[in-house]
Amino acid sequence: MRTINQKAWFFVLPVLALVAFNALVPMMTVVNYSVQETFGNNQFFWEGLGWFEQILRSDRFQAALGRQFLFTAMILIIEVPLGIIVALSMPRKGFWVPVCLVLMALPMLIPWNVVGSMWNIFTLPKIGLLGYFLNDVLGINYDMTQQPLSAWITVIVMDVWHWTSLVVLLCYAGLVSIPDAYYQAAKIDGASPWSVFRYIQLPKMKTVLTIAILLRFMDSFNIYTEPFVLTGGGPGNSTTLLSIDLVKIALGQFDLGPAAAMSLIYFAITLLVSWVFYTLMTKDDAE
Amino acid sequence: MKKRSIIPILYIAFLMLPIYWLVAMSFKTTNEILSGFSLFPQTFTLENYITIFTDPTWYWGYINSITYVTLNTVISVCVALPAAYAFSRYRFLGDKQLFFWLLTNRMAPAAVFALPFFQLYSSIGLFDTYLAVALAHTLFNVPLAVWILEGFMRGIPKELDETAYVDGYSFPRFFVTIFLPNIKAGVGVAAFFCFMFSWVEMLLAKTLTAVEAKPIAAVMTRTASSAGYELGLLAAAGTLTIIPGAIVIWFVRNYIARGFAMGRV
Repeated sequence: MRTINQKAWFFVLPVLALVAFNALVPMMTVVNYSVQETFGNNQFFWEGLGWFEQILRSDRFQAALGRQFLFTAMILIIEVPLGIIVALSMPRKGFWVPVCLVLMALPMLIPWNVVGSMWNIFTLPKIGLLGYFLNDVLGINYDMTQQPLSAWITVIVMDVWHWTSLVVLLCYAGLVSIPDAYYQAAKIDGASPWSVFRYIQLPKMKTVLTIAILLRFMDSFNIYTEPFVLTGGGPGNSTTLLSIDLVKIALGQFDLGPAAAMSLIYFAITLLVSWVFYTLMTKDDAE
Repeated sequence: MKKRSIIPILYIAFLMLPIYWLVAMSFKTTNEILSGFSLFPQTFTLENYITIFTDPTWYWGYINSITYVTLNTVISVCVALPAAYAFSRYRFLGDKQLFFWLLTNRMAPAAVFALPFFQLYSSIGLFDTYLAVALAHTLFNVPLAVWILEGFMRGIPKELDETAYVDGYSFPRFFVTIFLPNIKAGVGVAAFFCFMFSWVEMLLAKTLTAVEAKPIAAVMTRTASSAGYELGLLAAAGTLTIIPGAIVIWFVRNYIARGFAMGRV
């Protein structure tokens, strides 16, 4: 039981100051830009909600948003079940446990631009291991710089490679917390592997699985560096996800107004979906 | 060997393949790479690594990255500790809202903040310093550190605090000599996560630096574009960025699983 103590605010103050400085000032800059028009020379004109309307109506934004949702949906559909399967078949104790954990966590500790470069080198036709294998051994015509479908598959496989371990490690943490007695009881009752999973393992994994889905949603929705380094958003615009498009507008074309409006819409969508997950999670905590 | 261990083996093999390829490429000469496919380096060379360790623009990239990452880890964990304690022990006005607001910063797309951060840190004269990148990365690391530490602290019974007060401990003394040793694992895991996310993040680090504090990533991009297509050099630089992560993860291997669950199992 936590006691009510308003002085606790003093403990939170350093965090509050730091994050407020980092979050509020830039956020106000973005809000400021989003309602104004500029022609350079630091001259600004009131624009109202014009940029928001323009962005929401533009085909370019809608297309990028569509690609973004498709990407995130595919990531979740592939990574969550795969992560659960790998976690279920991992050893529970012994020498191999730390080895597995370290090897699995390794991709997550590689800088994101290196992940992009690595997959670029890996998939180059003629030179890369995968590119060579697909083209010259299996005879599949594969070139991710030319074919949108290849580019899409490569970006998704790269993310599966990069982040499935997060789901694995979270689920594994949930699984090892199940006491052996549960399994013994299930064995005595003659429970099938499916009912062991459904009634013992899945309920124990519920909290960690929510965290996994929340983190995977947030990070895949905000993804920028890896696909940018790998495909640069191409071929054409086929792998231009929201962040890539946003950076193109903001830093490439320096269209501050539209970029700011787009930032706010983007942030609002992420926030809304994350809030739904978060309320689901804390509802569980309270019980 | 049990039948079900085939799944983790296949999965780990899938994870290791691109890493193997990166390492293999780093030991090949540019000629060999461009002349065609070879599974193992035919003419084994250390030239790429020698270039990196003798050229200051290269090795300073690593020193810069490690400096701001360490700075960020220290700042994040230090400010997160008291806050996490408050969240785990007390209820106060607006605590839930505050906690969620902190988490929203973990959700913010870095791309949204790139330009405003550049302007903010330029205007206060911190542009191109280690401190700028370290502070910018606290945006997503502090909420995460608070979240993880809070999970670990919640597992420590409140009786521990009360007994210490009855014994006449002051709060700071209790916190440092009794409480901290009890959540050592949590502090380690939080520091690990701060290190990890600061080490892998590149968009903000690149935007906030020009020359003095330039991270290794920016050096790599420049090489990839300016010095032609030196894949071997790029692969060697990439291989070297994997090492710090591998070392750090080995230290926390026994806490990884629980750490990833934010202490909530």
